[in-house]
Amino acid sequence: MNNPFPLSREGLLTAYRRMRTIREFEERLHVEFATGDIAGFVHLYAGEEAAGVGIMMHLEDHDRIASTHRGHGHCIAKGVDVKAMMAEIYGKATGACAGKGGSMHIADLSRGMMGANGILGAGAPLICGAGLAAQKLGHDGVGITFFGDGASNQGTVLESMNLAAIWNLPVIFVVENNGYAESTSVDYAVASDSYVDRAAGFGMPGITVDGTDFFAVYEAAGEVIRRAREGGGPSLLECKMIRFYGHFEGDAQTYRAPGENEANRQHRDCLKIFTGKILEAGVVETGELAVIDSEVADLIEDALEGAKAAPLPSAAELTTDVYVTY
Amino acid sequence: MARTLSMKDAINEALDQEMGRDPTVVVLGEDIVGGTGSPGEDDAWGGAMGVTKGLIHKHPGQLIDTPLSESAYIGAAIGAATCGLRPVAELMFVDFMGVCLDQIFNQAAKFRYMFGGKAETPVVIRATCGAGFRAAAQHSQMLTPIFTHIPGLKVVCPSNAYDTKGLLIQSIRDNDPVIFLEHKNLYDRETDVPEESYAIPFGEASIAREGTDVTIVTYGMMVPYSLEASETLKREGIDVEVIDLRTLSPIDLDTVFESVEMTGRLVCVDEANPRCSIASDVAAAVAQEAFGSLKGPVAMVTAPHAPVPFSSALEDLYIPSPERIADGVRQTMGERSS
Amino acid sequence: MSGRIVPILMPKWGLSMKQGTLSSWLVEEGSEISPGDEIMDVETDKIANALEATDGGLLRKRVGMAGETYPVRALLGVLAPPSVPDSEIDAYVASFTAPVVEEADDEEPVRLFLDLPVGRIRYAERPGDGIPVLLVHGFGGDLDNWLFNIDALAEAGSVVALDLPGHGQSVKSVAAPSLTTMTDAVIGLMDSLGVARAHLVGHSMGGLVAGRIGIDRPDRVASITLIAAAGLGEEINGAYLDGFVSASSRRDLKPALAHLFADQGLVNRSMVEDVLKYKRLDGVGAFLEALRGTLFPGDRQATDIADDLAGIGCPCHAIWGAEDAIIPAAHAGAVEGATVIDGAGHMVQMEKAAEVNRLILSWTSS
Ligand SMILES: Cc1ncc(C[n+]2csc(CCOP(=O)(O)OP(=O)(O)O)c2C)c(N)n1
Ligand SMILES: [Mg+2]
Repeated sequence: MNNPFPLSREGLLTAYRRMRTIREFEERLHVEFATGDIAGFVHLYAGEEAAGVGIMMHLEDHDRIASTHRGHGHCIAKGVDVKAMMAEIYGKATGACAGKGGSMHIADLSRGMMGANGILGAGAPLICGAGLAAQKLGHDGVGITFFGDGASNQGTVLESMNLAAIWNLPVIFVVENNGYAESTSVDYAVASDSYVDRAAGFGMPGITVDGTDFFAVYEAAGEVIRRAREGGGPSLLECKMIRFYGHFEGDAQTYRAPGENEANRQHRDCLKIFTGKILEAGVVETGELAVIDSEVADLIEDALEGAKAAPLPSAAELTTDVYVTY
Repeated sequence: MARTLSMKDAINEALDQEMGRDPTVVVLGEDIVGGTGSPGEDDAWGGAMGVTKGLIHKHPGQLIDTPLSESAYIGAAIGAATCGLRPVAELMFVDFMGVCLDQIFNQAAKFRYMFGGKAETPVVIRATCGAGFRAAAQHSQMLTPIFTHIPGLKVVCPSNAYDTKGLLIQSIRDNDPVIFLEHKNLYDRETDVPEESYAIPFGEASIAREGTDVTIVTYGMMVPYSLEASETLKREGIDVEVIDLRTLSPIDLDTVFESVEMTGRLVCVDEANPRCSIASDVAAAVAQEAFGSLKGPVAMVTAPHAPVPFSSALEDLYIPSPERIADGVRQTMGERSS
Repeated sequence: MSGRIVPILMPKWGLSMKQGTLSSWLVEEGSEISPGDEIMDVETDKIANALEATDGGLLRKRVGMAGETYPVRALLGVLAPPSVPDSEIDAYVASFTAPVVEEADDEEPVRLFLDLPVGRIRYAERPGDGIPVLLVHGFGGDLDNWLFNIDALAEAGSVVALDLPGHGQSVKSVAAPSLTTMTDAVIGLMDSLGVARAHLVGHSMGGLVAGRIGIDRPDRVASITLIAAAGLGEEINGAYLDGFVSASSRRDLKPALAHLFADQGLVNRSMVEDVLKYKRLDGVGAFLEALRGTLFPGDRQATDIADDLAGIGCPCHAIWGAEDAIIPAAHAGAVEGATVIDGAGHMVQMEKAAEVNRLILSWTSS
C-alpha cells in the first residue's frame, strides 16, 4: 500500500489515538463540568489537538515542554497518564499532582512535562532553562514552550526569545494562535500580523502553519526540532488554530460571530481533516479508527470512574511538599 | 427596603460615578470591556468576573482593554498617573502581580520619596485575591504582606460592599498609588450601599462588632468568618470584638490598642500565609505598645505556611474557618485561668 | 380574665427592626411600674436605648432573659394586679402568641421620595386620620431621629417625617443653603402630599424651621412643638458644631455626638457609623459648612424668632432636656408653659421618648 505521509501507518494510528484521546477527554470534561462536580477553572484544548500532537510526535521523554493554562492536550500528547490527569482535575489523592495542583498545574517531570501554568508567559523563561540544561549536560534534548496569541505579548516571552537567540538554545517557541485571548481578538492585541517577522527581529527562523492540519504542523515541527537538536538554535512556530469551546468552562462566548463555533466544527475540525486525509489515501481503514475510538472511550470512562471513586487527599497533605527537606 | 448592592456591583458603581465625575479617570485591564476586535458583541466580558460590565457604554473612551502584558499596562497606568490621568488598572488576580511587580514596588511606590516629594502617582491597581474558588496555587493567594511591606503603597482590602464603594472612591481620589484587593468570595455578598458617591478615609479600622472579652483583628473575607465565629462564641458566653482593618497601609493600630486595652486578649486572623503577615504585624505592634494590657498570649489564626492547594478537601482546611477562629478565641480565653 | 394582664413586648424601633436584644432588666419582679419608667435596656443593630413602659402596673413576671435576642413583639414581661393568681400568669405566658405583624407593615417601602424644586426629598409616612403631625429634624440629623416617636405618634393619627435638603437621603447639592431652603422644602412636601395644615414638631434647627413656618404661613400650621429648638436665643455650643462638622472619623465624631445626650452610653457604634455614613456622602461636608455659616455664624444663632412666635395664633409648645449641652435649656423660657425634662440632653425626644410622645399627643390630639 502506498503511504504518501511522513509517518508510518503505526505512526498515523498513534497520532490519531492521541488526538482522539485529547478530544474525548475534553468533551467528557465539558459534559462533566456542567454537572458541577468539577471545581475551579478548566480550559479545554478541544479543536487544537493537531498542534500539540503534531509537535509532540517528534519528542522523547528527555525533551521538555512548558505548557499553558490550556494544558490537557499537551499533557496527553507528551504521554502523561490520562487517569492521573483526570484524578488531578477531580482533586484526588491519586492525581498526577496528588490533588494539589488541579487542571491548571498538571505536570509530570518524568515525562518531560514541566507543567501546565496559571501564569501567562511563565513557560518561556523556564524552557530557556531546559535548553540551557540540555546544552550544559550535553544531551540532545530540546525544549518547547507553548503560549497563546494573548500570552505572546508577555514581556517574559519576548525576553526569552532574545535570550534563547543569543545563547543559541535548543528551544522552540510555539504560538498557539486561536484568534482570541479570552474574549479579545488577536487582531486588536497583537501588533503585527506576522509572528514570523517577530521571530526575525530576534534573528531566529519562524514558520506559520495551519494548526488544524496535522501534517503541516508535523512537518514544520520536525524541521525546527531537528535544527534545535543539531545545535542550530531556537525557532518560532506559529500554529493558527481554533478552540471549540469557550475560554474556560462557563464562558458565554458572546464575542464570537453568530454561527462561528458551528462553522469551525464543520470545516476546521483538525480531527476530521486528519481522518479524511488518511482514509482517503487508503492507508488506514475506518474500522481501525473505530476500534481506537472505542478503546479511547473506554479509557476515558475508566479514568472518570476512577477519578470519581478515588480518595481525597488526607489532611496531612496540606503542609507536606512545601520543601524537600524540613 | 433600603437598597442593597453586591460587592461586585458596588465596584462597578464606584467606577461609574468616578469616571462620570472626573474625565481623567480611565480604567484599563484585560477584557475589562471584552470582545475588542472580535466579531461578536462588544462589552462581551466586563472583566473576568463581570465587574466592569456595562461601563463602556456610559463612558466610551474611558475604558481600555489591554493586551496580556501586565508589566506594560500596569507600568503605563503608573506613568500616566504622573502625567495627569487617574488610572484604575485591573489585574485579574493578585497572583499575577509578580509579572509587573517592578513597576509597582520600584517605580510607583518610590517616586514621591525618591524625587524629594515632587511626584504624585494617583494610580489604583485593583486585583482579586483570596482562596475558596478552587482556583489553586496561582489564582488564590492573598499576598497582602508583600504590599504592606513596601513604603509608598497604600493597601486596601475591604470586607463588604459598603466599604468597597467608599474605599474605592477614596482610592481613586487619593494621590498615592493604591493596591485595592477584592476578595473574590465576597463579590456576591450584599449590604446596604447608598446610591450617592462617598469616600471612606484611609487608616480608619471599622469595629465590625463590639465586644468586651477578646479582640479579633482581621480584614477581608475573614471579617464575615470572624463575625460568624463570634455568634458561636456568644452562645458560650464569650463576647468578641471584631476589628476590620479595612486598609492595611495605612493601618489603624490605635483602634487595635484601644480594644486590646479593654479586652486584654488578642486573636489575629489572616487568610494570608502566617510568616511576616498582617497577623504577625499586628501581634508585634500590640506586644510593643500594649503588652501590659494583655492577659495572655496572642493567638494567630492564619493559613498554613504552604501554597494554596487545589483539592477542595485541602483548600477547606487551608482557609481559616469560623470554627478555627472560634478555637483561636477559646485558646486565648483559656489562658486566663492558667 | 387576661384583660387585666398587660404584656410588655419587644418594641419595633423603625421599620427595619426585626429583632432586638434584651441587654438588661432595669426593674425587679414585684415592682410597681408607671408609664414612662425605664424597664429594660434593648439593643438593636442600629441603636441601644432604654425601653420605657407604655402602661403602668405591677411587674409580675420577667419573661425575657438578659442577653437574649427576641423578635419584635415577642413577650418580654407581664404586668398584672396582685389579685391575678400566678397560675393565670403562667398560663398567659404559655399561651402567648405574638400579635401577627401585618403584612403591609413589611411591604411598606422604607424609602419614599419626592422631587421638589430643591431636589429629591426623602420622607416617611404613617397614614392615619386627622391633621398630620409633621416631624422636622435638626442640623445634621435625619428622619431617623424620630425613631422612638414616629410609630407611637402614629397610633393617634397620621405622621409625616422628612429629611431636610442636605440631610439624610435627600438632595445633597444645595447652593447657598439657608433657613428658607428648609422652610420651602417643608411647605413643598406638604403641598405635594396634599397636606393643607400640619402639627409641626421641630427638633433643634428643625424647631427654628417649624417656628418660621408658623410665623410666615400660619394658614398651614395647626400647632407648633419646639423641641430643644434653635431660634429662641443666641447661645449654641460652638465646640459641638466644630466637632460635628469637621469629624471624618469614628474617633473624632463619637465625642462630638456625646454632647447630644445626657446618657452618653447611648452613643453606640452603629449610631456613630450611621452619622459617618451620612457625613461621607459627596457634598455633605460643604453643605454643613455653608448651612452652619448661615444659621450659626461665629457660634451664635443668627435668627431669633422668639418675639414673632409670641404673636402667632396657633398653639405653640416647647420641650427641652434639662441637660441640653447644645442649646441651653434656659431658652425654653421663651415659650410659655415649656416642659423641661430632667435626665435628658439635646436629643430629648430619643432619651425620654415616652414622655415626649405623651406631651406631643396631648397637644396634637386636643
Ligand atoms: C500573567 C497572567 N495574566 C493574565 C492571566 C489570565 N488569563 C488566563 S488565560 C488568558 C487568556 C490567554 O489567551 P491566549 O494566550 O491567547 O491563550 P488561549 O486561552 O487562547 O489558549 C488570560 C488573560 C494569567 N493567567 N496570567
Ligand atoms: Mg488565544
